Amino acid sequence: MTQALAFLYNPHRFMAFSAWAAPLLGALALALAAAGLWLGFTAPEDYQQGDTVRIMFIHVPAAWLGLFVYVCLGGASFLSLVFRQALADAAARAAAPIGAVFTALALATGSLWGKPMWGAWWVWDARLTSVLVLFLFYVAYMALRAALDDEAKGARAAAILALVGLVNVPVVHWSVEWWNTLHQGRTVFAAGGSRAATVFLIPLLLMSLSYMAAFGALWLVRIRGEVWRRRAAAAEARLAR
Amino acid sequence: MLDLDPGPYGFYIWMSYGLSAAGLGGLAVFSLVFTRRWRRRAEALEARAREAEPGPEMQP
Repeated sequence: MTQALAFLYNPHRFMAFSAWAAPLLGALALALAAAGLWLGFTAPEDYQQGDTVRIMFIHVPAAWLGLFVYVCLGGASFLSLVFRQALADAAARAAAPIGAVFTALALATGSLWGKPMWGAWWVWDARLTSVLVLFLFYVAYMALRAALDDEAKGARAAAILALVGLVNVPVVHWSVEWWNTLHQGRTVFAAGGSRAATVFLIPLLLMSLSYMAAFGALWLVRIRGEVWRRRAAAAEARLAR
Repeated sequence: MLDLDPGPYGFYIWMSYGLSAAGLGGLAVFSLVFTRRWRRRAEALEARAREAEPGPEMQP
């Protein structure tokens, strides 16, 4: 088991694994997106929301990924903080900008969906506010790492911040249950099964898988960049001796 | 049938898809450029470091 997972913490094995896995996941993301978009734009209009229902196919996956990437960031931060794994720290650092972009897209597309449906670009609703807090945690994580000159100290401080931010993840997820919100309640994972029609559910799931594959590809590419950056720093230090 | 006419909601729908494409496309380009830049730099520095270090025959 430990051998099977060696590629996760051994930089050499990780580089060999990610060299073929990243382009494969990228290609998979494009293929799934093509299928999801085709089905999304051939689906009928929603009887209440009209054509704006098509925003769901990009808004919901972005929101799910914003949350999922934060869990990955928290997990990698935990491994980095407790087990001092350099690759876990690289993974945490690489995940932050990706999660920030997904969360920003969830907020922006949600706003563009909210205006025609609710009549407002923004409301201080529990779901929207907790997602904004999630975005601010991403920004704070990146800012903290960039602010400290000592990279090891910056990594530790940011890892602690990332773990604190995990508290917000269940708040985002259950905000629509705990408070009365303008944002609709759980639809796909509603108790008793999905409340979305199959004709909308299939493109939504395809787009979600596409976003997930895109995250996998981008994460691997960015971790590779981090490994190269650290190798450059190590070579520079050797030259300076 | 493919429905690319969003009626009165065109601005909201195309803006959402445009922003998503720009955001994810930009992230992909930025990530690839970041990784390639550091790879080139690391390889050049590692080559210089190897040249600077004395080989086994040079060591006493």
